[in-house]
Amino acid sequence: MNKSSNQLIDYTLYLGDCALILGQRNAEWCAHGPILEQDIAITNITLDVIGQSRNFYQYAAQLINAVENKNVTEDSLAYLRTERDFKNLLLCELPNGDWAQTVLRQFFFSTFQQLLFEKLKDGPDEHLSAIAVKSIKEINYHIKWSGEWVIRLGDGTEESHNRMINAVNNLWMYTGEFFIAADYENSDLILLKNKWLEKVKDIFDEATLTVPENVFMQTGGKTGNHTEYLGFVLSEMQSLQRTYPGAEW
Amino acid sequence: MSIHDLELAFQDKIDNEIKIEPKDWMPEAYRKTNLRQISQHAHSEIVGMLPEGNWISRAPSLKRKAILIAKVQDEAGHGLYLYAAAETLGMSRDQLVEDLNSGKAKYSSIFNYPTLTWADMGAVGWLVDGAAILNQVMLCRTSYGPYARAMVRICKEESFHQRQGFESLLVLSKGTKEQREMCQDAINRWWWPSLMMFGPKDSESTNSDQSMKWKIKRKTNDELRQNFVDMIAEQIKLLGMTLPDPNLKWNENRKHYDFGEINWEEFWNVVKGNGPCNKQRLAARNKAHDEGAWVRAAAMAYAEKRKNKLKTKAA
Amino acid sequence: MNILIKKFYYGDIPDGASENEKPNTHKLSETSWPLWEVFMRSKQGLDHKHAGSLHAADAQMAIENARDVYTRRQEGISIWVVESKYIHASNPDDSEMFYEPSEDKVYRHPTFYDLPDEVKHM
Repeated sequence: MNKSSNQLIDYTLYLGDCALILGQRNAEWCAHGPILEQDIAITNITLDVIGQSRNFYQYAAQLINAVENKNVTEDSLAYLRTERDFKNLLLCELPNGDWAQTVLRQFFFSTFQQLLFEKLKDGPDEHLSAIAVKSIKEINYHIKWSGEWVIRLGDGTEESHNRMINAVNNLWMYTGEFFIAADYENSDLILLKNKWLEKVKDIFDEATLTVPENVFMQTGGKTGNHTEYLGFVLSEMQSLQRTYPGAEW
Repeated sequence: MSIHDLELAFQDKIDNEIKIEPKDWMPEAYRKTNLRQISQHAHSEIVGMLPEGNWISRAPSLKRKAILIAKVQDEAGHGLYLYAAAETLGMSRDQLVEDLNSGKAKYSSIFNYPTLTWADMGAVGWLVDGAAILNQVMLCRTSYGPYARAMVRICKEESFHQRQGFESLLVLSKGTKEQREMCQDAINRWWWPSLMMFGPKDSESTNSDQSMKWKIKRKTNDELRQNFVDMIAEQIKLLGMTLPDPNLKWNENRKHYDFGEINWEEFWNVVKGNGPCNKQRLAARNKAHDEGAWVRAAAMAYAEKRKNKLKTKAA
Repeated sequence: MNILIKKFYYGDIPDGASENEKPNTHKLSETSWPLWEVFMRSKQGLDHKHAGSLHAADAQMAIENARDVYTRRQEGISIWVVESKYIHASNPDDSEMFYEPSEDKVYRHPTFYDLPDEVKHM
């Protein structure tokens, strides 16, 4: 396998892993949301990102099978890789926390995803471009939904404001990783950082929140160095596939 | 018009299949019966999300995960449509939810049984949703307009639930030995509780059947239960599985399946709150509601602020 | 033994059957979201039609909630919402004077007029 096809596979897996792990986390809200209408709303986002992950995994499987003569599928990629294989951003695997932390995580992630996918859309790989075009429509709604919640909670009650500040403090250190290119990524990733900050700042201004400065950033997700949380997410998610190897479901 | 005349005119409408709408005159007992039924139905959808939601994180393939999430979300939608129908009878969503969470209001006992293995997702879809659909198809023609309209919408969405349940069991029934055992075990555990969903036998009912007269309900418990048994007894052949009832047998005279006696002691105990999961289910609903309180309050506070800001701007 | 068994339906479970019922101690919140009516255009060229109701804190959220609740299966391409309290409805008691007077105005309907078959497209 040559370097570039290897990189493309890793990159595609990275995109799939982010979407799947975030979907797995968001799905924990299903049946437990703060009000019925919003239970349904966040579950729509969950279904969107899980759909995205399947698109990426299917493409990754196709790439892997072409070069390695294996029989990899979307499910073997999701269910049979281990903690160190997963390349998702650390942000995606963090516990949901409260509603404030969940909507803020979604807003950070979707805002980043939109910038990334706008680039993918015009990129050289037709498959990734097609997935990006389809996903951007979904992502635009995710940003709208989560951004409005950030504003609503930031500028809501004293309690909700404090909970938003708490969420910002918990999550900010996981956002630096977005823009540090792994060896399977293009180094111009850093160029997205200012655009991302701008959008975040706009929403934070409306939400009466302050953008933190001089925060030491956590990294490692993209290369498989995860938080302790991921192991539990995977062992739960993968339990049936691990217990009954080779079974069809 | 005297109350008696109003009642006669009301019954006349019902007899002529004219739907009753929220602002129409209706006997107080009709309003109450509908409110109780619709809200219990709504609560059942909401609590029903929990046993299945339980398996979302462990769904064994990405396709199954997406299907299960969509299904549980549909149940939230169905609960929402039904709460809205109940609200037309003069009780707020808040009050309805409070009644569920305090244990005052009831929901279908079936959701107090645990989902122990993945095969339960299939069994619940096929048997529990299958039983529910028989009720719901009947309720599409119920006499109260908002309830009937909610049911029409729900029935359109619900048929996917039963189909996916059966299809999921079909895959297990053709799978490994462990999967086949899992499939049979789930059917064994869910069969009797599904039959209980239709309620006590007609012969043991002490109520005069006002619900039938008012066409809130159009078939008796036993009629619906028999429909269900006849349907499932045939479908299970396609799975190559068995139903856990030695007395299940085709009766050529009746042109129906005969079946064994339900354990009514278990039935009443689960209704009374002594089922395997009654406490967990209510605890989960209360937790979600209580932890969501600050979120709901913040959204209202923000909406008020914005309204005032717009007013100031306009002035 | 004389056991009282009441009739019980799916969605019709007798009240007060629970042994574990706790008193309703929750206080109703003053911050509950208002009720909205949702109207949807199912496809271009058709009227908006009442789809159902939902709760939302404000109009923007009501539109988005309607999108999330009522268009899961591509049921709509345009949404209207109005807070339920602003809907004014006619009174069913007025039905006779409102709607029945038009019953005998058969001459308003095209079928009232017999025309020779030779007159086409009218």
